[in-house]
Parts: sequence; structure tokens; C-alpha cells
Amino acid sequence: MFLGIFLMRKVAIAVATMLVVSFLIFLALEVNVEDVAVKVLGQYSTVEQRAAWLAQNGYNDAFALRYVRWLGNFVTGDWGMSTFFRAPVAEMVMPRLAASGLLAGGALLVIVVFGLGLGVLAGMRPGSLLDRVISVFSVVTTSIPDFASAVFLSGIFVFWLGLLPGASAMISGFSLAELVLPVSVLGLYSMGYLARVTRASMADVMGTHYIRTARLKGAGMGRIVLRHALRNALITPITVIMLQLPWLLSGVIVIEVFYAYKGFGTLLYDAALNQDIYLIEACAMVSVLVVVLSQILSDLIYGWLNPRIALGAEA
Amino acid sequence: MKTLFPYLTKPLVLVGGVLALGWLLVAILAPLIAPYDPLQTLQPLTKPMTVGAKGEFFLFGTDMLGRDIFSRLVWGARTVVIYSTLATLTAYAFGLILGLVAGYAGGRTDAVLSFLANVVLSFPVLVLYIVIIVVIGASPVNIVIAVTFSSAPAIFRIVRGITIDIASRDFVKAAITQGESTWRILLVDILPNTTGPLSVDFCLRLGYTAITIGTLGFLGLGLPPPTPDWGGMVNEGRSMAIAFPHLVIFPCIAISSLTLGLSLLADGLREVNDAKERQA
Repeated sequence: MFLGIFLMRKVAIAVATMLVVSFLIFLALEVNVEDVAVKVLGQYSTVEQRAAWLAQNGYNDAFALRYVRWLGNFVTGDWGMSTFFRAPVAEMVMPRLAASGLLAGGALLVIVVFGLGLGVLAGMRPGSLLDRVISVFSVVTTSIPDFASAVFLSGIFVFWLGLLPGASAMISGFSLAELVLPVSVLGLYSMGYLARVTRASMADVMGTHYIRTARLKGAGMGRIVLRHALRNALITPITVIMLQLPWLLSGVIVIEVFYAYKGFGTLLYDAALNQDIYLIEACAMVSVLVVVLSQILSDLIYGWLNPRIALGAEA
Repeated sequence: MKTLFPYLTKPLVLVGGVLALGWLLVAILAPLIAPYDPLQTLQPLTKPMTVGAKGEFFLFGTDMLGRDIFSRLVWGARTVVIYSTLATLTAYAFGLILGLVAGYAGGRTDAVLSFLANVVLSFPVLVLYIVIIVVIGASPVNIVIAVTFSSAPAIFRIVRGITIDIASRDFVKAAITQGESTWRILLVDILPNTTGPLSVDFCLRLGYTAITIGTLGFLGLGLPPPTPDWGGMVNEGRSMAIAFPHLVIFPCIAISSLTLGLSLLADGLREVNDAKERQA
């Protein structure tokens, strides 16, 4: 009952957000029809050609009408033709999104295992040497820009040790070895934040009365952490994981370009370099949609893990 | 000195401060430190620590156009310091004013501004930059605009939260009863109370902005060449990095040390702020 209302409210906000986002994207890229014609037909098209193309494609209609028509087409899956790749945009985006999903999924695994693991280890004994070492490590990995850590890690593992391939174009089919570096760099960059949140949450729980009671009863450290502390300490961190997705999407662009990985990031990047506006529009819409959906999921997980929070209340 | 003391006793803060201030000094003194003109062609692709044909000394070697990498790094510090600071400050100007207004006015004003902030924040940062740069082009001013547009909503959120908290305190109610104007209440009574949390955020955001400008440069969407820009140097040298790693390693070390310095500094500030709060 509560869950239904809560979910409907979240979905309504998400739809409103997507509407405003779609309007902003359309406004930014298509308000100036002359620009659109130049981007689609190229710099060397004549004025007459552009005028004819604009008339043929309904660009002489009012802006509001064009927006509604564009939005309608977008919702029904007609995303236009890519001017650079000469192919329907809708068919190009999905396979690339799946390829990036593989990369992001691997990174998420690294983030969850190392972020939660290191966070719990550090928060078990706040102020200990282990805590300080882990804290410094996570500050360092998150502060270094992802393209720089890609350079450092490739320098070590590709050129110095010769253990891993330096490009991930997957030319001769799928290769797990080619995924190792991009996944590690992405995961390392986003792991620090989760480690920090986990550490803070763990440290809070370790200071509570019920943990002290367990300790006074003579329970061992392992038992205290596993049986008593973890369940409460992990609520916030698990919620935060979903919120890493927007960050991960930004990172995916940089890392895919660096390792020449054929995913959503390189697609958007190629679109941007070639002024391929319909492809840019679709990529931007899809990436915001992914973020908005991940936020709903994160709210749901939080409500499910923490029954004390009334789902209807402002989180 | 007494107010500085708690900051100086933390070794990590000290390291962070030295790194960040060091790069600031390099940026200010760039013309004195750089041995050569960062745009001048001297001798292409010499390795680090070599002496050139005319007796020049190339500490970090030269790039494919024969420009001295050490001089480009030094001038690049000026580029990143100027644009990061400028972009962060303009983002703060918008975020602060809108956050104060939304938090104090509440009601419909707050609802509309908060919704718009959430809309902008639902873009992955880099996607937002790419869209903005595609539309308005890559130039120094446009990069400042892009950063402002994407950072201001986050600052807005922090300021709005603090303002709502402080506006409910008694001293603000007293000021209203005294008949102080709304702007005076916002700027004199509320704004000074935001400096603690905002100083931490400012340091962090300065680092993010430096990373952003570097990343845009790395993607070839940043400051147009031949501006000495660390990210741009990595982008230009990337295709030859196997044979000439010095083209990319030094700019990467430069940007990493700057952003690391800023986040260590932010960390230290946060710890000291927290300790102060606990005492109060």
C-alpha cells in the first residue's frame, strides 16, 4: 500500500525530470535550424540545399510543434538517422549500451568487493594503523583523474611487465584479458567513495552500546563484526552503490576512449567529435534515463533495508 | 597562527597544502621558472635529461613539435589554476545566491529551484559537458560556463540545506522582528554561517574542476591548442606513448599531484571543522 504510493510518486518525479531533460536537450541542439542543417548536410552544402532539406524534414514548423513531434518519435523508438555512421540511431545505441554495461558491471563488482571490504576493515577499529592506511589509499585512488591512473596502470602492466594488452578494441572477438585494465581503472576510481561511506557507517556502529555489550560478553571480534555490526553498518553503503552509477557513466566515456573499447562512451564521443546531433540527443537521453532509473532503485533498496524509514516520507 | 595550528599538526594536511600551494606558486612564477617559451619549437622528441643541439637542457624532454615539456608543464599550471579557480568561483556565485534564496523563501520558489537543480544533476557530468561543448564550442569562456552550469546545482543544494537550518534559529527571528531587510538577513546573518562546510566543499570542487578541465583536454574537447594544458598534452602524446612515455607520464603526474593535494587539504579541513563542532 505505502510502497505503491511511494513508487508512483518517484515515477512521477522521474517522468517530469525526463520531460524537462528532453526539452533542454532539444532546445540546446535543435533551436537553431540553420545549425542543424549545417551539421546534417556538412559545411560545404549550399544555402539552397539546406533550405530544401529543412523544408522536406519539417524544420519550418514552429519550435513547440517540432519538439512534440521529436518527443513522440523518441518515445516510440524512432531516434533518427546517424549522420556520421549512416545508420538508424536506435539500432546502434543498444548493443553499445550492453557492451558498456559489461564494463560498468565489472567495475561495480570491483567497487562493491573492495569498497565494502576495505571500508569494513577500516571501520572495525577506527584510528588504527590499518584504518589510516586504507583511508589514505582510498583518498589517493579517488583523487587521481581516471585518464591519469589509466596511464600509470598501463605503464606498469602493459609496457613494463608486459602482462596485459594495452587496448581493448576486441578486434579478434571477446577477450577477458582486454577487460582487466579498463575495469580496474574504473573500479579503483569510484571505489574510494564507497570505502569512505562504509568506514564512517561501520565506525558509528562499532561505537554503539549493543556492540559494547557484545564485547563485554566476551564475543570475539569476528563474531561481533559478522553477527552484530555488519547488518546495520551496510544499510547506507548499499544505498550509495546505486548512486555511483552517474559517476561510473562519466568514467566509462574516458576509459572507453583511452582503451578504444567499443561501447556507449566511445559512441557518444564519436558523435560529439562529428557533430552527429541525432546520435548525441539519443545518447544524452539514454544516459539520463539510466541515472533516473538507478535513483528509483536506490530509494527502493533503502526503504527495503531500513524499515524504520516510512517510505512516504521525504528521504 | 593559533587558528592555523590545528591544521598544521596533521601530516596529510601538510602534504596536501605543500602540493596545492606549490602548484599555485609555480602558476604565479611561471615566467621565472620555465626555461623556454612553451610554444616555441626547439628540437622534436628528445628524451628527458638530454642536452639539445644548441646546448639547451631538456629536463623532461620535448614533444613531437619540439616544445620543451617542462616549460609547458609550468605554464600549464597557470592554465589549470586560472580556469579551475574562475570556474569554481562563478559556480559558487550562482549556487550561493540561488541556495540562499531557495532555502530562505521556501514554498514554491524552493520547489521550482530544487527541481531544476535535480534535473541538471541527473545528467552524468561528462555527458552534460559534452552536450554543452558541442553546442557552444570549446573555448576558455565556454569551459567556465560548462563547469558553472554543472557545479552550481550541487553547491545550491548544500547552501539551501544550511540556510533552512539557520533560518529557523532565534537570532534570525530576532533580526526579522528588528525589521532588517531580507538581503541583509541573507548576507549578514546567514551567509557567514555557511563558511565551515563550504570551505571543505570549495577545496574538493577545485580539485574536481581541475580533473574536469584535464579530462576535457584529454578528450580533445578542452582548451584549443596550442594552449599549454595538461590534459591536452596527454591527448597529443597518447599515440606515441609507447616509444616516448615521457610525453604522457609527466603531465599525468602533474595533474594527479595537484588534485591529490586539494583532496588531502579538504580532508584535513573537514576533520578540524568536525573537531571544532564537537568542542562547541
